[in-house]
Amino acid sequence: MRKTFSNIIEKISEDDKIIFLTGDLGFNAFENLQEKMKDRFINTGVAEQNMIGMAAGMASKGFKVFCYSIAPFITFRCLEQIRIDVCFHKLPVFIVGNGGGYGYGIMGATHHALEDIACMSSLPNMTCYVPSFIEDVGASINEMMRNDTPAYLRLGLGKNNPGEQEMYKSINTIFLSHDAEVTIVALGPVINNAIHAIENKGLKNKINLFSITRIPIDNFDDGLIQSIVKTGKLLIIEEHVERGGIAESISINLMKRNIQVKQFKSLCALGYPNELYGDQNYHQVQSGMDSENIQKIITDWIN
Amino acid sequence: MIPENITNLQGKLRLKLIDLYYRANAGHIGCSLSCIDLLIASLINNKKPQDSFILSKGHAAASLYVCLNHLGEISDDELTTFYKNGTKLPAHPSANKFFGIPFALGSLGHGLPISTGIAKAYRLQQNKDSISYILMSDGETNEGTTWEATHFAVKHQLDNLIVIIDKNGLQGFGSIDDILGDTASEEKWRIIGFEVLNVDGHNIEEISNGINHFINSKNGKPKVLIANTVKGKGISFMENKMEWHYLPTTESLYQQAIEEISNFYHA
Repeated sequence: MRKTFSNIIEKISEDDKIIFLTGDLGFNAFENLQEKMKDRFINTGVAEQNMIGMAAGMASKGFKVFCYSIAPFITFRCLEQIRIDVCFHKLPVFIVGNGGGYGYGIMGATHHALEDIACMSSLPNMTCYVPSFIEDVGASINEMMRNDTPAYLRLGLGKNNPGEQEMYKSINTIFLSHDAEVTIVALGPVINNAIHAIENKGLKNKINLFSITRIPIDNFDDGLIQSIVKTGKLLIIEEHVERGGIAESISINLMKRNIQVKQFKSLCALGYPNELYGDQNYHQVQSGMDSENIQKIITDWIN
Repeated sequence: MIPENITNLQGKLRLKLIDLYYRANAGHIGCSLSCIDLLIASLINNKKPQDSFILSKGHAAASLYVCLNHLGEISDDELTTFYKNGTKLPAHPSANKFFGIPFALGSLGHGLPISTGIAKAYRLQQNKDSISYILMSDGETNEGTTWEATHFAVKHQLDNLIVIIDKNGLQGFGSIDDILGDTASEEKWRIIGFEVLNVDGHNIEEISNGINHFINSKNGKPKVLIANTVKGKGISFMENKMEWHYLPTTESLYQQAIEEISNFYHA
């Protein structure tokens, strides 16, 4: 998604109100921006807190400011600057974190971001965007620019959307079937594990699959609630800790509506259960959000 | 009651401050008195409409409030709500309430990055007429963000950034020398690449001269005015006393304070 992101920024950066700040990252990815944006592309050094504070100052003078680093550094390291300087003042500062979840794999735990959505989505005036597919990146950026308010964009390794393209929303329908028995909701590119599981076993006519790409979630009634009521079986997948993630948000919404389900499972990032490290897929397996486990859950529920 | 015959601004605003704190039964008097003259010289006397000004030592909010009251942005009625439930004037400045308070500040070390961003924004807009002012405390220079921002400002040659440090030598729980050493020292700021001036932070003319020198000094170096001040300045029993960072005043001390200020700033 990073290359897609870079190409889109290159296109929209003709608008001289756009500034791009990076915390000393972007080798082999942002050279195009550096060349095109000239003095509006600034490497602010290994100093994330200052980068966010400065972005707030620049935004207060009429700029829209993108702040880029890898997901953990651009969120946790400068959380207070995002909370006070950006969010309290509702400024158009767009926090972009690459490699959300276990995205940086074998780089190790310092480079993973498993609690970023919880931190960012709990801040006032903040909208989180988590593209599931490559097509979602452009749609997210369009919305961020249009809204002109604080945003967090979590990028990962994406594929193309295999479902029907529709208008970009908070909850998006990927597969819908008349005979569906299970509802699956996923956040971010980990949805591809569900798609692989479904397609591998030819289960497409048994599943309603939804992606969540924007938080706070606001369109529960565009099909998700109906599907949950109809199937009574709900599987939620997110490469993020359970606390502060989408499983919590959806559960609270269901409680408020007094909706009960027969089967419920939340697959989330469990951290480092065996205290060992590996690539992104290794950690997904450790947390049970790999396609094999997803497939097992679905078939158990259907039979 | 505060005497009405004190026309000297340093005395007049000090009286307002003391009265405000007394009625609110609130602390932070000492740190407001150490920077009130800096606010008069920068915000009231020198800041032009096209400039930006940030009080980064948010705990001295009351000194900012009385200055904005003097400038007509905060009414007398509004000022009486200081510290009360339902106020727009809490102990540290809040967001989105007054044009003269563009940012919520109070967590130390946030102001300098913001002011540096504003100075850089002026540059990108080819705006040569605007100055980005920031008033910060010496204790605040303990924060790492201060040093992140200074390096950026120097590298980007932001000579439109004027930092004013209220150097009263006392921070939250001790003297600046005893805690981390002097993080607001002239040498440190100069070696990073700032143009540095030392002034008496209670002498309006000296402060103004320093600021004017900086405004005209287009040498590519960001500026820092190290203002040597006294915590609690103007009230004998508060001067250089750390406890007046926190203590509210009593009826008898309030009367003594009013009397001392009236006598000292009688012009």
